[in-house]
Amino acid sequence: MLAIQMRGITKRFGPVLANDRIDFSLEQGEIHALLGENGAGKTTLMRILYGLYHADQGEILVDGHLAHIPSPKEAITLGIGMVAQHFTLVPPLSVAENVVLGYTKGLRFDPGAAQQHVAEAAARFGIKTDPAAIVRHLSVGECQRVEILKALYRNVRALIMDEPTSVLVPQEVDVLFETLERLRGAGLSVIFISHKLNEVMAVCDRITVLRQGRVVGTVDKAATSQIELACMMVGRETFGVTRRGESPQGEARLRLESLSALDRKGLPALKEVSLEVRAGEILGLAGVSGNGQAELARVLAGTLKPTGGRILVDNRDLTGADPTCFLVAGVGRIPEERHESMIGELSVAENLVLECLDEFTRNGLLDRRRVRQHGEQLIAEYQIKAQPTDRMRTLSGGNVQKVVLARALSSKPRVILASQPTRGLDVGATEYVRDKLLEQRDQGVAVLLISEDLDEALALSDRIAVIYEGRIMGVIPAGEASKEQLGMMMSGAWEVTRGETEN
Amino acid sequence: MEVFLIGLIAATLRVATPLILGTLGELFAERAGILNLGIEGTMFCGAFVGFVVGGATGNLWLGVLAAIVAGILAGLLMGLLSVRLGVSQHVSGLGITLLLTGLSLFGFRLIFGEPRIPPSIAPFERLPILSQVPILGEILGQYALTYIALALVPVCWWMLYRTNFGLQIRAVGENPEAADAAGVNVFLTRYLALAIAGGLMAAGGAFLSLAQLGAFTYGIIAGRGWVCIALIIFGNWQPVRVLWGALLFGGVSALQLRLQTTGLDLPYEMFLALPYLVTIAALAVAGRNATYPAALLKAYKRE
Ligand SMILES: Nc1ncnc2c1ncn2[C@@H]1O[C@H](COP(=O)(O)OP(=O)(O)OP(=O)(O)O)[C@@H](O)[C@H]1O
Ligand SMILES: [Mg+2]
Repeated sequence: MLAIQMRGITKRFGPVLANDRIDFSLEQGEIHALLGENGAGKTTLMRILYGLYHADQGEILVDGHLAHIPSPKEAITLGIGMVAQHFTLVPPLSVAENVVLGYTKGLRFDPGAAQQHVAEAAARFGIKTDPAAIVRHLSVGECQRVEILKALYRNVRALIMDEPTSVLVPQEVDVLFETLERLRGAGLSVIFISHKLNEVMAVCDRITVLRQGRVVGTVDKAATSQIELACMMVGRETFGVTRRGESPQGEARLRLESLSALDRKGLPALKEVSLEVRAGEILGLAGVSGNGQAELARVLAGTLKPTGGRILVDNRDLTGADPTCFLVAGVGRIPEERHESMIGELSVAENLVLECLDEFTRNGLLDRRRVRQHGEQLIAEYQIKAQPTDRMRTLSGGNVQKVVLARALSSKPRVILASQPTRGLDVGATEYVRDKLLEQRDQGVAVLLISEDLDEALALSDRIAVIYEGRIMGVIPAGEASKEQLGMMMSGAWEVTRGETEN
Repeated sequence: MEVFLIGLIAATLRVATPLILGTLGELFAERAGILNLGIEGTMFCGAFVGFVVGGATGNLWLGVLAAIVAGILAGLLMGLLSVRLGVSQHVSGLGITLLLTGLSLFGFRLIFGEPRIPPSIAPFERLPILSQVPILGEILGQYALTYIALALVPVCWWMLYRTNFGLQIRAVGENPEAADAAGVNVFLTRYLALAIAGGLMAAGGAFLSLAQLGAFTYGIIAGRGWVCIALIIFGNWQPVRVLWGALLFGGVSALQLRLQTTGLDLPYEMFLALPYLVTIAALAVAGRNATYPAALLKAYKRE
């Protein structure tokens, strides 16, 4: 018996055909992956199933019956739940309040009873959570468990998970997979959206691949391979992007001397960090997230004032300067939270000139025609799938990152600060971004690459620094680095002594 | 001194009553994510409708009821503009204030022409039995509406924090996407919150014309609606703290009236400005840590 069947689903957003006659079926008790590049239409298809969008054409059958799903309320009634790509929780409310919200009967709300019900449900489904905790204080992994519990509490039989692993650290991913497998054993069907091939192969039974709004095919896990899937996804064979040989290295472009800074809670986040990035090299900064990388990025953007030490760009002291000075000095940024560096309500063209408004201002007025031309030119150059006038928030993740990249690189930076530049991106977009960074390096730009992905750090960097609890554990040439060694440094178990560092 | 204090407390409660009703109303709107700048006009309209219906029927409670109905309609209009059509909340709120003020004045002209002294009616009486209590009689002998307003504070707290509807209001005001995804009808919740808000605001206005003054004048609201909006910030969107704000403002207003009669040699405008100065000062202190509902001012629509 089929749990869910979607037939001939078509959805347009203006000129964009996000879903083109898509057929998709979910069987009971299977984990079914929906695989596809950024902008392939995965989220759109699932939002239609969950009643958040309405299909222009096509029909949905649930347990063989034609279903009309005008809003999530009906989806829930039909037994469909969704854990969205961006969490949909109410931060100031408690876990229990978030779970029962919208699924309560009667007039009275009794916080004690709600907490008890939620605790019981959590125990039944084997999900660890504290019902009394305030959601604002939870980590991403915990938030995700609340989202899953929220769906299960509504007795859903099919659970949609939109890129659930993109926000998790490896251990949390393991916990999630265990949970999903246990729930599948209990008869739950799961739609698992991802573009990470190894995860798809690890946990899914069947895989449907989307490309540019169309279904490329549905395959059994047993009958396919990662290589075949990658090929289906991007429509060509992929080759990993790696560093192309040694390049002549120049003088130190960015120098940090004993830099210290505090985090938002006022605790030391950076402790006497000394690093230098030379012209024509990529310095990878590896580390488990939360070890001071975010603060380092903010200090180098000029949005966080260091409490000690110096920052030198081209031997100019920029310690404590404001963000504009960093931009003017030639520091291009690819920030970690790409959505936060963009203004969703402004157009793509406007976002592209945000960092250099002066150049596009004539007599105190913004020269809209030149802004538009500039937008068109960069959109063509960076192959961004958007119009200059599109609102930023309608772009898919990969395209947002291309806009970020275009903005940072078009100003001809001398130093590039890239934080997690490929997080959440698909194979194609990831290759593109990595390629661009290497191109910059070959042109003699100094690149500081902050990455939690060791494979990425190893593939791109000339030298790798490891940060642990705000301190640099050592800097080693990438050619001599092994994953084991870096892993030990990342967990603070091993530190390269100063003498070794100066190479 | 004793007499002075008792008189001051009694007056404080009286002056605070319309503010309590107005802020509780605005509280519902803002917790649901809608800044209702229609409050000034809604209060004015409530004062007018209450006065006319109360006067015409001779039943003051009927006047209050009519005012509440008018307020609910005003709230629903705010909903239509800001929730359904997604008009900016500032624009729709100010528009409603202008519209209702104009309509009320127009109605007033139609009914009363242009009288030289404001028309008046026999207002509500203060609760007679309680007035007989020795010493505290003056404090206890308030209008029934004052007692109702005070009782509404815990009622509103209960509604917001102990009912499922209240949970939905809070969720919708913080993160409408999340509430929607959880199966809450965001639009309906906001409409209902605005209806409650409008009813409470209009009741506050009716208190002025039917109890405190027993008359209707053009300047009857005199910016009290705007004060309510400031008091919400002062009260950090919590029903009980909002009550303290209303009492503080009421207290300073009552005090300045008494100070005017002490013969201090200062221009009387200085005294009149006192409650507002205190509000600004209190806001400057309390408003710094304000944690406003995250979705306030944001229209919600699905793509
Ligand atoms: N609300 C919207 N308005 C306009 N266009 C949209 C909207 N939502 C999605 N699109 C467009 O539809 C296409 C499919 O987007 P969708 O979000 O479904 O992709 P996706 O496969 O989930 O990608 P990602 O992996 O980046 O999340 C994209 O081109 C996107 O720009
Ligand atoms: Mg998506």
